Amino acid sequence: MELETQKFGTKRSESIRKQTKSKAFFGMIWVVAGITLAVLFLILGFVLVKGVPHITWTFLSQEPEMLGAEGGIFSVIVGTVAVTAMAVVIATPIGVAGAVYFNEYSKGGRVIKVIRFFTEVLAGIPSIIFGLFGFAFFVVYMNMGWSVLAGALTLTLMILPTIIRTTEESLKTVPMSYREGSLSLGATKWYTIKKVVLPCCWGGILTGVILGLGRAIGETAALMFTIGGSLNIPTSVFSSTRTMALHLYMLASEGISDEKTYATAALLIIIVLLINTSATRIGRKMTNGK
Amino acid sequence: MENKFTVRGLNLYYGDFQALKNINIDIPEHKVTALIGPSGCGKSTFLRTLDRMQDTVEGARVEGQILFDGEDIYRRDCDVIKLRKKVGMVFQSPNPFPKSIYENIVYGPRVHGITEKKKLDEIVERTLKEVALWDETKDRLNDSALGMSGGQQQRLCIARCLAVEPEVILMDEPTSALDPVATAKIEGLMHELSKKYTIVIVTHNMQQAGRISDQTAFFLLGELLEVNPTDKIFSDPDNIKTEEYISGRFG
Repeated sequence: MELETQKFGTKRSESIRKQTKSKAFFGMIWVVAGITLAVLFLILGFVLVKGVPHITWTFLSQEPEMLGAEGGIFSVIVGTVAVTAMAVVIATPIGVAGAVYFNEYSKGGRVIKVIRFFTEVLAGIPSIIFGLFGFAFFVVYMNMGWSVLAGALTLTLMILPTIIRTTEESLKTVPMSYREGSLSLGATKWYTIKKVVLPCCWGGILTGVILGLGRAIGETAALMFTIGGSLNIPTSVFSSTRTMALHLYMLASEGISDEKTYATAALLIIIVLLINTSATRIGRKMTNGK
Repeated sequence: MENKFTVRGLNLYYGDFQALKNINIDIPEHKVTALIGPSGCGKSTFLRTLDRMQDTVEGARVEGQILFDGEDIYRRDCDVIKLRKKVGMVFQSPNPFPKSIYENIVYGPRVHGITEKKKLDEIVERTLKEVALWDETKDRLNDSALGMSGGQQQRLCIARCLAVEPEVILMDEPTSALDPVATAKIEGLMHELSKKYTIVIVTHNMQQAGRISDQTAFFLLGELLEVNPTDKIFSDPDNIKTEEYISGRFG
């Protein structure tokens, strides 16, 4: 030990002090991480414990009665799927096309900078403002009424920046040498993007879509003024409908049923968890499958 | 002897910076032309003007004339796709696509409209044999190309380039990322290929230029200082700078 101390030129006491310091920091990090996890489990546990026992087959398969106090939430589930799926289906091609344009075609001119700036601003706007805009523009001005369509389009605007940005990030990870290899074989730029660049990006694009989906499925404020909140099963894109998050909000704010509120909340959490885990898995598979 | 490329008064600018200054050179058919010179002298840039890959670089501007088989490739109505089909390129580090070995090779032929399975199979076998990779890969054509060694990947890239039946192959330091054994294999391959194709190669390796090329061009600071048969350049160069560079006194 003495030999070692001489070799490294530090005194033993100093070395012990440094080690103690290091241990103290390590301990602190553990405590902070522990608090974060505890909070997460507390919230999840609270909602799940109060909600899961009320998620029964009846709850899932029956339509709500007495404004949701009785019965199930079948029509609300259908409404959720309709609105969010439609939003994702509209937003994905637009977002991917936009990202491809920004990253592959534009030469970084001033117009692009302005557009990019506004895309980022769009991502930071509070959702209630999207709701207000959706109401004024889609519901009233475009005469869509409170409808699946108006809600889906409002959500589209909200999740577009997410999809554009994640797609752009993943386009940037494709090495220039792939593009050059393809171009040097006589391929056009579009062929190169279609056959070489985009296939490298599906995992990243999927992540963006899932993030967008997650945001859409939990959205309340943007839908409050745009989809109406009808408890009937939507029959067309012009039907008024209600999503689970909105249903949750209404049940809770109007004190309709504690039980149904927590059951809806628990179901929402379970769905979001399922979407996220499956997305990570698919994303990983697609990236490895190259 | 036919000249494949005739370059006259070529200037290239990146914005205000002039990267190539009044380049004049003839590149003969079925010969290996080596481009040598210190880093940043413009030899890679020059190579990339020959198949107009320099077009993909932002802010690059070209003046002068490059004739390929007597046709100016920088005239406005030149078909870049056709040009690049005839003038293939192999890059500094192997860049196979993240696809199977088979898919890498048929990529080019598919670009140019060949879809028949039998024909594509033939192309894969012919080109892999040409680069001496067939025996190693014939049983795993559907494996990812990224699982191959660096040297194999580079030979695959050469095969991919041959698959579109080019007349010229441009090589940008094709062995700089490879070990000596793989390098020797690629050099042997170049020797074989030069019987059928015209080859232009950028290299930092003097011995390599000496071993494989028929004609050597020496670039310095964007200027072409000397073009001569390789034997002459290495034994009795016209330009004192060439001699200094080759003997390792700078660069």
